[in-house]
Order: sequence, then C-alpha cells, then structure tokens
Amino acid sequence: MNYSTINRITPYIFLAPAVIIMLIALLYPLGYMIYGSFRDWDPSQAIGESTFIGLGNYISLWNDPNFHESLTVTLKFAITVVFIEMIVGVGLALLLDRNLRGMSLLRTMFILPMMIAPVVVGLIWRYMYHPSIGIFNQTLEKIGLGSVDWLGQHALMSVIIADIWQWTPFIFILSLAALQSLPRSALEAARIDGASGWQQIIYIKLPLMMPVLIVTCLLRLIDAFKVLEVILVMTEGGPGLSTEILALRISRTATEFRELGVAAAMSNYLLMLLLILTIIMLAYNKIQELQAVRLRMAAEKEVD
Amino acid sequence: MSHHDSTYERQHPAFYAVIFILVLMSVGPIALMLINSFKLDVDILSGTSGLLFLPTIQNYETALCDILPYEIDHLDYCSLKFGGSFINSIIITLISTVLTLIIGCMAAYALVRFRFMGRDTVSGSTLMVRMVPPAVLLVPVFGLWNNEFCIDKNTWLGEIIRDVFGGRGDVCLAGTHSGIILIYVAMNLPFVIWILQSFIVQVPRQLEEAARIDGAGSFQVFFKVVLPLIKPGLAAAAIFTFRIAWNEYLLASALSDRDTKTVPILIVNNMSEFNVEWGVIMATGMLLAIPPIIFTLFASRQIITGMTAGAVKG
Repeated sequence: MNYSTINRITPYIFLAPAVIIMLIALLYPLGYMIYGSFRDWDPSQAIGESTFIGLGNYISLWNDPNFHESLTVTLKFAITVVFIEMIVGVGLALLLDRNLRGMSLLRTMFILPMMIAPVVVGLIWRYMYHPSIGIFNQTLEKIGLGSVDWLGQHALMSVIIADIWQWTPFIFILSLAALQSLPRSALEAARIDGASGWQQIIYIKLPLMMPVLIVTCLLRLIDAFKVLEVILVMTEGGPGLSTEILALRISRTATEFRELGVAAAMSNYLLMLLLILTIIMLAYNKIQELQAVRLRMAAEKEVD
Repeated sequence: MSHHDSTYERQHPAFYAVIFILVLMSVGPIALMLINSFKLDVDILSGTSGLLFLPTIQNYETALCDILPYEIDHLDYCSLKFGGSFINSIIITLISTVLTLIIGCMAAYALVRFRFMGRDTVSGSTLMVRMVPPAVLLVPVFGLWNNEFCIDKNTWLGEIIRDVFGGRGDVCLAGTHSGIILIYVAMNLPFVIWILQSFIVQVPRQLEEAARIDGAGSFQVFFKVVLPLIKPGLAAAAIFTFRIAWNEYLLASALSDRDTKTVPILIVNNMSEFNVEWGVIMATGMLLAIPPIIFTLFASRQIITGMTAGAVKG
C-alpha cells in the first residue's frame, strides 16, 4: 500500500469503530424493536417464533385505559416539572447574576443533585417522605400541623418535588451561562437610559436569552420523559397507577407482564412523542439561524 | 472577568440569607443521607433527628461484608453482596468510559479534519440519540443480547468459552460485563463525539501540518499533537460518560445476572423489600454517590462546560 492510499483510508479507519458500535448497539436494536412491536412476543420466545399480529399491539394499547392513565400521568409530570423548573431556574439565574465572591463554589453545590445517581435521589427522598421517620412529617408534627401522606395520597406531587430539587440547577446553570454571555453594550445602554432592574429584565435580558431558554426548556422536557429510577425507588409507580409514568410502564410490561410486543409498541408511542418534540426543537434552531443570517445580511447592506 | 477582591459587589444581607437557604436546600438532603449512614437503625427509627448520636461505621461494614478482609462482629451471615457489585460497577464504568473516549475521540477527529459529514449531521444525530430513553432500548436490548448476540455452543469459539467459564447454553452477551459495556459505549458515543468535535475544531491546523512535515503519520499526529491539546474536552466527556455508566440502573438490571449486578441494581432490590434497613441502604447509597460527588467538587468547571456546550448548541 502506498502513502496516498493510507492517507485516503485513514479517516474511515478512525470512524469505523464508532460507526460499527452504534450500528449494532443502537440502530439495530431500534429496528428490532419496531419489528417486534408488530408481534405477539414473550420473553421465552426468540423473535422468529412469535406470531405476526400487525397493528394489534398498537390498537389494544390505544384502547387500554391503563395506558391512557399512564400517558396522562407522564404528561402531567413532564409539563408541571418543566414549567416550575423553568420559572425557578431562570428566576434564580437572574437573581444570582452578580459578581459574587464564591460564585463557583455555589454553582458546584447546585450541580451536586444532578450528578448523583437517580437511584440514590429516589432513596433520599423516599426516606425524607417516610410517614413517621421522615424529616418532613417530623417537622410538621413538631410545629403542630399534623402529618401528610406524601407518597400515598400526594404521590405525584411528591415525585414532582423531588424532580424539581434534582433538575432546577440544570436550568439555572444554563440560564446563568446565557445571561453572562449577553452583549454588555445592550445592558450598558439600557442602564444609561435609566431602565430599572425590572425593565432591564423584561425588555432586554429575557428577550435576548429567549433562544437559549427555549432550547433548554425542550431539552429538559425530553429528559423529563426519560425519568424512571427516581420514581421506581420512591413509589414503584403506585399507589395504584398514580405515578406510573410511561417509561416505568414499559419496563413493567416487559419484565412483569412479560409482553415484549406490547412493551415495544408502547416504546414506539413514546419515541414518536419525543420525535415530535425534537423536530420542533431542530426546526426552531434552523429558524433562529436563518433569522440571524438575514439580520447580518441586512446589516452588511446598510454598511455598504 | 477580574478576580481581584475589590471588584466584588457588596450585597444586601437578605441576599446572603437567600443564598444560604438555597445551598441548604440543595445540599441538605445529601448531607442527611451522609449523617444517617453513620447511624444505627435504632437511632434512625427513634426519630430523634439531629446530630446527637454515636457515629458508627457498622452500616458500611455490613454493606461491604463480602470484601472486607476481617470478620465482622455484629453480623452472623453476609447476605448483602454489595462489595462484589461495587467491583462490577467499577469494572463496567471504567472500561466503558475508556472505550467511549478512545473511539469517540477518533471519530470526532475524523469528522472534523477530513470533513465528510457536516457538523449539522452530527449534532442532529446526537440530539436524536439523546432523545431515546433507556426504557425504549430495554425491550430490544434484552431480546438481542439474550437471543441474537450469541455464539453457538457448537462452534470452536463457543466451546472454548464454555470450557473456560462454564455454563450450558449458547454463549450470549447478556449476563456478561461486556454486554453491559457495549450498550453503555453505544449510548454515550454520540454525546462524546459531539462535545470533542467542538474542542478539536479549535486545534490550529498549522500545528498538525508542522508535525506532518517533520514526518509524523496520521496516527502519530493524532496521539502526539491533537490529544494533548484537547485535554479539557476529554475531561468533560469522561465525566459525563462516567456518570451515566456509573448511575445507570434499567439496562444493567435487564442485562446482568447474579454475578454481574451493579450497585444501583442492588440498591433498588433492597429498597423493594418490606423491611428497609435504612442505615445500610444509606451507606450503600453514599458509596454510590461518593465518586460523582468527588468529580463534581474537583471538576465542576469541566462539568459546566460540558453541560452548556451540550445544550446551547444542541
């Protein structure tokens, strides 16, 4: 082999391992799942032995009240969580965007909750929500307010609070980064014109941050559909189906009910939902880029 | 931004109170777990919350009973095989992190320097993979790793493996460390490629060309010139891969057998028992949480870089 051939094939050699691994461990499984979702398939069978039932799994899910319940819980959970986290996270970023001593230490403290394992987060919160030994009920009793049935009656709310604790810092860090990269000149100009703190936030900071905020929000929304371990450890989906989000229902359908075909179809429903969200996000990014290009061209024309 | 003391603004005292409460809220629950892991169950259940208790390392001893070199007095029988799963977690996480970094680095370099795919394609596909929840991979990975990714027991390789490791059926990926490592590498690759790309783009081309004129081949240029320059990117990518592999529960629980269980699986299993031994559970939780906490304390800058880069341009 001469030198130029080696040079020409080098990039392919560099790329090959990644492509091969992603093909056999991501793409092939996804195709396999779509294939399996059209079959009546249980874990003891190889997929070839299962029978083809067309859209059977999808239709029975569509008519299954439990699936509806789980879908509702998932949507309620994801939307509430993202809504509150966005407000609190962005609010904190606006509040703490100052030249503070120890700011980096503060940020370190804030990212701790999202670095530790979801399983551990679930464990900590299950302990804190414990009806008798948990810190919440003990405090409530001490000040004479009576105890709350956290993981029973109010399970969904409790799960939502735990998620807010874990993921608000994510929004906070990203909005703070966005805030600190805002053009100083715009803020300076506003200050000289005598804009108050609130006016600066509403008319300058928030609009300029908007592109980052929307991407952050969609990313968090996508991630909220993936939450599973925290809820599994805290409530196991219960009581009843009150906290059984889709990801949890998929895993239970596969392992407990042993209906792989149904679980695959459910996975596909979830994927389609997420695909729509992702496409919205990509489209939004494209529009932003196009707008930026158009603005730049207009500006250049004026200079000419 | 200057770090000189005089540039810091003075704030209202109420402002510091707010910050104090925020820190307490975010670190408090973790501190609570740390404190409880040093308490006996009696102390935890009696509900006298607070710092007045005799700290003990009994819970940690119970958790690690299968790998501690000495006999433990308070325990008749070592039922919790936590130590073994801790070792499994370490093996799986380290190998998958190293593999992901090497493979991802090479791919990112090829994509940037030889440009046959646009950055848009890569970031688009990164996002697509980020979209896929582990729960969606559960069914196909379970099916494939158990039934398709196998070596027939009658082939020569299958026979060798069975002679060495034992077992009766075909030799399958499920239940092995490699099976779990494979899916972790695949899950993390897109993000790692994406983030390393943004660092490699900044390496000046002239440096590489200078090395090439001195007679270095493509591989040498890559290992001796490019890799040392993108260390911060590698650190960020390493931490993110490590965190996902170390914390993951669902896929590991579907793929592991008795001997390859990782720590999160053990914790979930113990939590679903009727009588939760809180002290021991907290100790195991703490052991699982310590590595990520250490990384956060020492490399928060890289983590934040990775997070913002991964989201803002996502």
